[in-house]
Amino acid sequence: MTGASLALQYLLSGVTKGSVYAAVAIGFNLIYSATGVLNLAQGEFVMLGGMVAVSLAHYVALPVAVTGAVVIVALLGCLLEILFFRGLRRHSVLHLIIITIGLSIVMQEAALHLWDEKVRSLPYFTGNEVSSLHFLGAAISPQVVWVLGTVGATVLALQGFLQFTLPGRAMRACSSNPEAAMLAGINLRNMRTLSFGLSAALGALAGCVISPITMTHYEMGTPLAIKGFAAAILGGLGNPMAAVLGGLLVGVVEAASVSRLPAAYNDVAAFVILLLVLFVRPRGLFGPRQCGTVGEG
Amino acid sequence: MPRMNRIRCALPAALFALAATGVQLAMRATGTDYCLTQLTMALYYALVALGLCLVMGYAGQVSLGHGAFFALGGYTSAILTTHDLSWLGPGGAVPWLKAAGLLAARQDLYGNRLLTVSPWAAFLAAMLLGAAVACLIGYPALRLRGHYLALATLAFGVIVNKLLLASSLAGAADGINGVPEWRLLAGLTVCGKGPARASNYYLACGLVLLTLLALRNLVHSRVGRALQAIRDGETSAAALGIDTARYKLKAFVLSALLAAMAGVFFTHYTGGIGPSEAGALKSVRYVALVAAGGLANLWGVALMSTALNYASLRGWFGTYDNAVFGALLILLVSLAPQGPLTPLGGWLRRLARRAGWKPQPRARLAGTAAAQSGADPAPHLRIEGRPGHGAA
Repeated sequence: MTGASLALQYLLSGVTKGSVYAAVAIGFNLIYSATGVLNLAQGEFVMLGGMVAVSLAHYVALPVAVTGAVVIVALLGCLLEILFFRGLRRHSVLHLIIITIGLSIVMQEAALHLWDEKVRSLPYFTGNEVSSLHFLGAAISPQVVWVLGTVGATVLALQGFLQFTLPGRAMRACSSNPEAAMLAGINLRNMRTLSFGLSAALGALAGCVISPITMTHYEMGTPLAIKGFAAAILGGLGNPMAAVLGGLLVGVVEAASVSRLPAAYNDVAAFVILLLVLFVRPRGLFGPRQCGTVGEG
Repeated sequence: MPRMNRIRCALPAALFALAATGVQLAMRATGTDYCLTQLTMALYYALVALGLCLVMGYAGQVSLGHGAFFALGGYTSAILTTHDLSWLGPGGAVPWLKAAGLLAARQDLYGNRLLTVSPWAAFLAAMLLGAAVACLIGYPALRLRGHYLALATLAFGVIVNKLLLASSLAGAADGINGVPEWRLLAGLTVCGKGPARASNYYLACGLVLLTLLALRNLVHSRVGRALQAIRDGETSAAALGIDTARYKLKAFVLSALLAAMAGVFFTHYTGGIGPSEAGALKSVRYVALVAAGGLANLWGVALMSTALNYASLRGWFGTYDNAVFGALLILLVSLAPQGPLTPLGGWLRRLARRAGWKPQPRARLAGTAAAQSGADPAPHLRIEGRPGHGAA
C-alpha cells in the first residue's frame, strides 16, 4: 500500500468514528442550548441505541429494529427530562449536571443487569465483515458508507428542521433568548423535552449504525461522552453544525494518533484536544463570542 | 467571636473523638475487630470526599477526576517504593541520598535486597505531582465560567485509567502489590498488619478530624467566603473584586492534594493499589458521597461518606454497588439537595423543642445554603425558635 492510500485509509477510519462523535456533539449542543445543562449521560444514549437494536433484531427485520431502537431511546430521553429536569427548574445548573452524572451511572448499571457485560453487535447492514469497496486505493467496509450516509443525512435533516420548520425555529429562539421566546408564546418546557428527545434519538441512531464496526458494550458511553464533548467545544458550544466539523476533526486526529502511537493511547488525543481548546480558544472554532460566559446557574 | 467559634468547633470534634473511640471499643467487645480494616479504608476515602466537598459544596464546581487524583497519589507512592534502584550501585550519590532519607534499602517478601525511594520521599513526590497535574487541568478549565471542569476532569480520569492499564510500570490490570509499610513516627506505622489495626484506625480518624477542622477554618475564612460568593453568583463575586479563577483553582488544587494524600496512605495501608481506583465510577462515587452529605456540609460529608463506603466495602450492596451510588445521587439531589442530614437535623430539633428542651434561640444565616440549592425559598434570615414554629 502506498503512503497516500494508507493516509486515505486512516482518514476514512477517522471520519467514520468522527461522525459518531459529531452525533454525540450535536446532542450535547441541543440540550446545552435549550437548558444550559451539560448532559453527561449523552454517551449512554448511543450505548442504549445499539443495545436495544441488537435485542430487537432477534425478533424483527433490521430496519424495523433500528427504527424501534431510535424511537424507544428518544422516548426514554423525553421521559428523563420530564421526570428529572422539568420538576427541578428551581435547582441550580450544578444540581442538574450532578443528576446527569447519576443518570449516566444508573443507565450503565441497568444495561449491565438487563443485558450483560458481553460485547455485542448488529449484523452488517449490507454485505459482511469481509466485503469491502475500493475507493482510490483504500478498502472500505460498506458499513462505513452506511455510517457516513446516515449521519450526514440526519445532520442535514436536523439542520432543515432547525432552519425551516416552526418547532425548529421555536427551539432556536429558546436557546438564543428564553424570556423573549416565552413572551412570543413558545412553550419553553416542551422545547426542553423535545431537545432531550432529539439528542437521544440522534445518539441512538449513531449507536445503531456504528454497532457493526465498533461493537456495543455497556461501558462504551463514557469515552463517547468525553470525545463528543471535545468535539462540541472544538466546534464551539452553542453551534450544532460546527459540532459536525469538530467531531470529524477529533476522529481524524485520533486515527492519525493511532497510526503513530500504541493503541492504548488513542483516547489521549481527544483529551489533548479538549485541554488545548480550553487553553487557547475556549469558544471553539465557530462558537459565539460570549461562549464560556453563559451556562451560569 | 473567636471564643464562640472555638466552642462550636470543639464540641463536634469531641463528639467525633468519642464516637471513633466508642466504635473501636464496641468492635473489640463484640470480636469484630476485622471490620476496623474496612472502616479505616472508608475513612481514607472520606478524606477524598472532604476535599471534593470544598470544590463542589463551597466553590460550586464539579470534579469527576478525584478518583484519578487518589490513584495518582497512590500509584506514585507505590511505584517509587517498589521500583528497585539497585542498579545505581553502592557508590556515587547513593549513600548521601540514603543519609538524607530519600532512598531506603529493604528486603522484599522473597528476601531479595531492594533499594527503593523511601516512603516519605515518595509521599512528597506524590503530592508535588498531584499539585502539578491539578494545576495543569484546573488552570484552563477554571478560567471559564460554567462547568467545563466536570468534563475536563472526567476525561482526565478516563485517560489515567487507560494509561495505568496500558503501562507495565504500573502493573497493568493487576496494579501494584507489595508496597512496604510506612513508618511515620516511632511506634506509628501505616501498614495492614493485624496488631497495627487499631493504631491505623486512630491515625485515619485523626487525619479526617484534622482535615475537617482545617477545611472548616478555611470555609469560615476570607478565602471560604470568597469561594461561596463565587458559587452563589460568579458575576457578582467578580464585581466585588474576587479573582474568581484564582480562588477556584486554589480550591481545586487543595482538594486534589487531599485526594492524592488519601491515596498515598491508602496504598501503604492496603499494601497495593489497582487501576479501578482511577475509574470514572470511583470518581462519580465521590460526587455521590458529597451529595449525600449535603454538598456544603463538611461534617455531613465525613459522616455519610464513611458510613456508605464502609457499607460498600463490607459488600452490603452486592452487585448493585455502583447502581446504589448512582441512584443515591439522583434521588438525593432531586429530592433533598441539602442532603438528608439537614432536614433530619431540623426534625430532631423540632422534636427536642416539643419535648420541652429549649435550646438557646439563636439567629443564624440560613440563606446561603438554601439560596444556592434553590430548592427552599427560605427567607434569607431565619430566626429559629420563633413562637409557633414548633407546631409545624
